[in-house]
Amino acid sequence: MSVMNMVQALNSAMDNMLARNPDVLIFGEDVGFLGGVFRVTDGLQQRYGETRVFDTPISEGGQIAVAIGMGAYGLRPVVECQFADYIYPGFDQLVSEAARLRYRSGGEFNAPITVRSPYGGGIFGGQTHSQSPEGLFTHVCGLKTVIPSNPYDAKGLLISAIEDDDPVLFFEPKRLYTGPFDGHHDKPVETWAKHPKGEVPSEHYSIPLGQAAIAREGEALTILAYGTMVHVALAAANETGVDAEVVDLRSLMPIDIEAIEASVKKTGRCLIVHEATRTSGYGAELSALVQERCFYHLEAPIIRVTGWDTPYPQEFEWEYFPGPSRVAEAISKIMAG
Amino acid sequence: MKNGSPLRLHIPESRFRPGDKPDFSYLDLPKAGEAKRPKVDAKASATRDLAYGLVRVMNEKGAATGPWNPKLDAETLRKGLRAMLLTRALDERMFRAQRQGKTPFYMKSTGEEGVAVAAALALNPDDMCFTSYRQQGLLIARDWPVVDLMCQVYANSGDRLKGRQLPVLYSVKEASFFSLSGNLGTQFPQAVGWAMASAYKRDTRIAATWIGEGASAEGDFHHALTFAAVYRAPVILNLVNNQWAISSSQEVAGGEETTFASRAIGFGFPGIRVDGNDFLAVYAVTRWAAERARTNHGPTLIELFTYRAAAHSTSDDPSRYRPGDEYEHWPLGDPIDRLKAHLVHIGEWDEKRHAAMVAEVDAHADASNKKAQKLGVHGVGPHHHPSTMFEDIYKEMPWHLREQRAEAEMARMKAGKP
Repeated sequence: MSVMNMVQALNSAMDNMLARNPDVLIFGEDVGFLGGVFRVTDGLQQRYGETRVFDTPISEGGQIAVAIGMGAYGLRPVVECQFADYIYPGFDQLVSEAARLRYRSGGEFNAPITVRSPYGGGIFGGQTHSQSPEGLFTHVCGLKTVIPSNPYDAKGLLISAIEDDDPVLFFEPKRLYTGPFDGHHDKPVETWAKHPKGEVPSEHYSIPLGQAAIAREGEALTILAYGTMVHVALAAANETGVDAEVVDLRSLMPIDIEAIEASVKKTGRCLIVHEATRTSGYGAELSALVQERCFYHLEAPIIRVTGWDTPYPQEFEWEYFPGPSRVAEAISKIMAG
Repeated sequence: MKNGSPLRLHIPESRFRPGDKPDFSYLDLPKAGEAKRPKVDAKASATRDLAYGLVRVMNEKGAATGPWNPKLDAETLRKGLRAMLLTRALDERMFRAQRQGKTPFYMKSTGEEGVAVAAALALNPDDMCFTSYRQQGLLIARDWPVVDLMCQVYANSGDRLKGRQLPVLYSVKEASFFSLSGNLGTQFPQAVGWAMASAYKRDTRIAATWIGEGASAEGDFHHALTFAAVYRAPVILNLVNNQWAISSSQEVAGGEETTFASRAIGFGFPGIRVDGNDFLAVYAVTRWAAERARTNHGPTLIELFTYRAAAHSTSDDPSRYRPGDEYEHWPLGDPIDRLKAHLVHIGEWDEKRHAAMVAEVDAHADASNKKAQKLGVHGVGPHHHPSTMFEDIYKEMPWHLREQRAEAEMARMKAGKP
């Protein structure tokens, strides 16, 4: 057990998998010699060689298609898409190919591929380096979508994703790479060193996909969140003093409906928080699920706190980011309802 | 300063439309046997003439000539002839079945049978093929049962794809034939990935893939060529230029000022343009590319110059956009007639034996059709159970699909359906 930030934990997951399984390959832009622009694959090419960890042309469509072909052969490729905002040239290969392969071939072929990609804002990346596109993928049957919120989960979930026989989109909250971030951007930066989930075993372990975690137990209100927003929700709960339960979804598809249902039925109130734009976002699905299953337990309308339905503006990042004060206000509103 | 004359937007036009008299004399068709055959480790630059020329082996008399002559034995030639005839027989029966309402859709490969069959025989049976939708001849040449293809077209109880796929979008892993997609071109870079995996595993199998000239305008085509070149993937990239992408002629896909084979030169590997209706030429060029791939010299782009004799699909009416007799003017003939002529020329075939083969193939296709129809046809059944639509989305069915399946079953029960 040692302290790892999320970059190191993800690196450790891939290190374990490369060591255990010769069919695991890692590729993407700048992942080889350099070790990735966020350093997530640092040292892996040096350790496992150029044929297992290598650079690719700037062509997400090509990278994902090649991964599908490799998967059909029997390998387990892991693609790094440098920013989630760059994934769209590979969209057709994910939606029309990876997601459908098992189905359309009657189970003859499958796409055991993992596409890792840093997502979300908080680094002044503007509209092309800050997006949260998870809702585009959760809408597609056949894909799995996973988003960790801390180093321990990041490693266990990435190992599960790589070992999974279905295609997995693994979105990494880039603002959490080096420390937990609760949305108070004007406060000093924290590291993972003091966070309990910064303790990460160096050996192989996995966390099943489709299981949520309770990040904070509470009785008064359920907050459904994932990725960076888990920390924002925790901060808002602490600051308002409301006894909120924060459910860290971890996996959006498959989704842990039992954990959600149990929590909302207990608290009778539900707040949904995500960084992605609101309209047709994943929060809409969560809201519908809670309404369908917990309507008679609800004591107030469900509220969504999300990114605005605008592109992510570079200079007005903190006006856009659904920070703790917006979450706190929604908590107050739900509690009054 | 004053500007020059106003700009003009160029829109390429098809040469012949309904009512025009087709005349292909503008095509520069080199004589059979003229093309040079470089070594398989040739650099792209050494194949420039081949990329802009046309490899042809059979001359008008049916004789095989020149350095590309694959010198095939009569048995292989007859196997190729039979596979092409059986492909055509399958197509005719499935086309008729569509008109009878037994399947909603079908796509014939008439005139292009040589492209798939010659390649299949030039490849090893376990080389992995990522095809487009007009290479059914490949499965026939690999001796995959016709009845199995028919079951897919009928989406019946024997359909291994369980009625999920549009007819002709086959998947036959056992025959090293990758699942077909209806999104054109996606298979091209996937084949490159498969080939890279085979090289990584120090395997000996190579990959081959097919795309139409129309779909070669998709990004996937360029992704495939880039990755194939960068990683020297052991893959054969086949581009079937059959002149028509539904109603758009090959000029619209970018073939007006250059050949499609020449695309490869810019990517840094050989491009070869071949007479797609010349069985021997297709076989020889595929063999060359396969040897190149197997000896770690990387990919080859082969443009198969041919003509789509039939409609794009059963939903298409070509008389709306091209002269009805255009195919009769196509100067490169019919692949079956030409291979037959070659076999006759070398004294290994005659009309009597040909008639016997046609009768045998027709009987086989009819018997297969009967067998397939017994397992059900479109709309009538028997089919797989509708509940199977919820399977194979994921390896393990998640709760939401289990719930939806139960909901669908409940609805069926209430409607009194099994």
